[in-house]
Amino acid sequence: MTKRLLTAALLLTVSVIPAFAAKTSLVVGMPIEPPGLDPTIAAPVAIREVTWVNLYEGLVRIDRAGKIQPLLAKSWEVTPDGLTYTFHLQEGVKFHDGSAFDSADVKFAFDRARDPKSTNAQKQIFAPITSIETPDPATVVIKLKETSGNFLYYLGWGDAVIVAPESAANNAANPVGTGPFKFKSWTRGDRVDLVRNPDYWQKDKTKLESVTFRFISDAQAQVAALKAGDVDAFPNLGAPELFAEFQKDSRFKAVAGNTEGEIVAGMNNAKKPFDDVRVRRALMHAVDRKALIEGAYSGFGQPIGSFFSPNNPAFVDMTGVVPYDPEKAKALLKEAGFGNGLSISIKSPQMAYASRSAELLSAMLSEVGVDLKIIPTEFPAKWIEEVFKAKDYDMTIVAHTEPLDIDIFARDNYYFNYKNDTFKALVADAAKTTDEKARYAKYAEAQKILAEDVPALFLFQLPKLGVWNAKVQGLWENSPIPSNDVTDVSWTE
Amino acid sequence: MMLRLITSRLVSLAVTLLAVSLAIFLILEVLPGDPAAIMLGTAAREDTLAALRQELGLDQPALVRYLHWIGGILHGDLGQSITYKMPVSTLVAERMNVTLPLSLLAILISTALALPLGVAAAARRDGIVDRAVLVFSQLGVAVPNFWIGLLFILFFSTWLGWFPAGGFPGWSAGVWPALQALLLPAVALALPQAAVLTRVTRSATLEVIGADFVRTARAKGVDRGGTLRRHVVPNALIPVTTILGLQLSFFFGGAILVENVFNLPGLGRLAYQALNQRDLVVIKDIVLIFSGLVIVVNFIVDIGYAILDPRLRGRA
Repeated sequence: MTKRLLTAALLLTVSVIPAFAAKTSLVVGMPIEPPGLDPTIAAPVAIREVTWVNLYEGLVRIDRAGKIQPLLAKSWEVTPDGLTYTFHLQEGVKFHDGSAFDSADVKFAFDRARDPKSTNAQKQIFAPITSIETPDPATVVIKLKETSGNFLYYLGWGDAVIVAPESAANNAANPVGTGPFKFKSWTRGDRVDLVRNPDYWQKDKTKLESVTFRFISDAQAQVAALKAGDVDAFPNLGAPELFAEFQKDSRFKAVAGNTEGEIVAGMNNAKKPFDDVRVRRALMHAVDRKALIEGAYSGFGQPIGSFFSPNNPAFVDMTGVVPYDPEKAKALLKEAGFGNGLSISIKSPQMAYASRSAELLSAMLSEVGVDLKIIPTEFPAKWIEEVFKAKDYDMTIVAHTEPLDIDIFARDNYYFNYKNDTFKALVADAAKTTDEKARYAKYAEAQKILAEDVPALFLFQLPKLGVWNAKVQGLWENSPIPSNDVTDVSWTE
Repeated sequence: MMLRLITSRLVSLAVTLLAVSLAIFLILEVLPGDPAAIMLGTAAREDTLAALRQELGLDQPALVRYLHWIGGILHGDLGQSITYKMPVSTLVAERMNVTLPLSLLAILISTALALPLGVAAAARRDGIVDRAVLVFSQLGVAVPNFWIGLLFILFFSTWLGWFPAGGFPGWSAGVWPALQALLLPAVALALPQAAVLTRVTRSATLEVIGADFVRTARAKGVDRGGTLRRHVVPNALIPVTTILGLQLSFFFGGAILVENVFNLPGLGRLAYQALNQRDLVVIKDIVLIFSGLVIVVNFIVDIGYAILDPRLRGRA
């Protein structure tokens, strides 16, 4: 009897344990392999999508709602003049190589980023800094030369993560951070493997034991990998035309969220006829954004009327300012002296969203008598050379993926060739405003100026088409900052 | 005699390689695209770009950079990848682990299919086998390898689940999983080449079958099979070897497409990525390696002729 009971108990354990033990590994698919794993020396989004808050941590972080949260700094104070930031650091934090984290590492990381020889892609984050002091190992005091409303926000970016003097030089190939996951291996061309950091300072924060990022560029191959179960999640699926299929499939969760990428058809504002605001508005009036999104991105993506991400709390919907109105477009063109037609060209990169949008734009503009010739232009190499640097173009189309980048329309010598002193002053003023409400109001005003002045055709927000196994929880639906934060991910069951 | 042939071929091999290296360098010089701007994106400031260009040695004059590159290669140093920030030799070695077995497997499959099919088709001209082979080779030539690859993925991976839908587990995962990942792409890569090779084998065999010495052999009483084995096939192999040698460059070129479809981390995909990122160091090295491989293979084919055809040995 006892024997039989034992056997039964044993059988029960054997059959029950696997059913209760949730999976602790995750395979995340990405379209592009990162070139190196150091976000502080290069711009590509793919670097952040592997490393940010998984491997490396900053003083603060951006959460899934786009808000600033403490991370390596547990708290901070800002003096009333907005010029001195005092950060109180977490204690007992260790880098993956075992070395201790303290204020000296913060000073090192920021000094390295703002050094004249630094190749940090967002050096302007550190431009307002005049001094970094470390009164004790747990305190950092940063002094600014001017107030900066977004300084803390920028410190949450991948470009401002904290790296150690012992390891920083090798981070591109062998990343060492303070994050919940440690670098294990990189099979170049195929995958990066991370494992749980057993000494992570936030005990029991993560449930996953290992995370693998696999790089699959071909959209069909991405879908095949998901369906074959080779990857558990594709947070940015490259095939919008196949996304609806996943929405109907109960094995998967398919979520269409927003990225920080605004797709705009930039115009050369210094060149005729784009120097005439009537022409720019006419072109905008000729665009049916809904139809464009339907054709270019299978209907996924939010229409935009200005240059601000819907993820941002300061976002205001401006699509009604210059709405779709072909008759008005024709009238404006006639007024500007192009009643008999206008012939222009668009340099379009090879990305599907861009080339499809360019074709649809061409069809829509022909309805109002504008002949838009499409010139395929290889991105990034040729595009940077011809459009971005030489400004040898009429129109172009590209997604601007950096968060909070409305100031690109205020930059001198930027490829739009757009000059508006009122706008420039307003954006600079907004950036310096430390009061949140006042800053948002100024950004709203800036969005309105762009919507009315149309320095570029504002089309739609690049969606984040995420597909993952229905049993995976905790992935981000939107991406207020380029990332694949897996720290909150777990499997149900 | 053989030695003289080999030496003269070796000298021309070295000269060709040097000319190729110069051509590659010059082409990349005029190719638009600044690696620093691509690495740092559109938000980077001018001084940051200048710092990176200096770090990468891009501010040096062209001649200095060419000599530096060639000098490095002669010392076995392929340089440092701009994007991966690691030695190109390590990258290439990792990728060779995929592309070399893939190409060899494809050659094997292609030859194993083409030779018997071609000979069988020629042996009974206009017979059923011949007609079937003709249809197969027409299809094989017409259908591109990447499309065959996509069909394979849909059928064998997504539908039947017999093979992974792409990717490569690495040889460390075991020989069978690695081979399993390479099999579908190798077949996709092999089929179009097999089709060409089948046609060549068939027509070469037909040509030899019609030759006087074959008739003589048959007249002397050698049976049909024996004539085919001893007289026809060895003679038909010469043009087949030529095509096989030429096809090797197609295998490497085709690997770029097939590796992308099957998401294999091979040399072809590395080349494609490097071109996109304007990782000039990696592109230069890979193009040189590909050209070098083709040149070396042609050298081997040349020597192979001499072995297969005694008449060529005197013509060094």
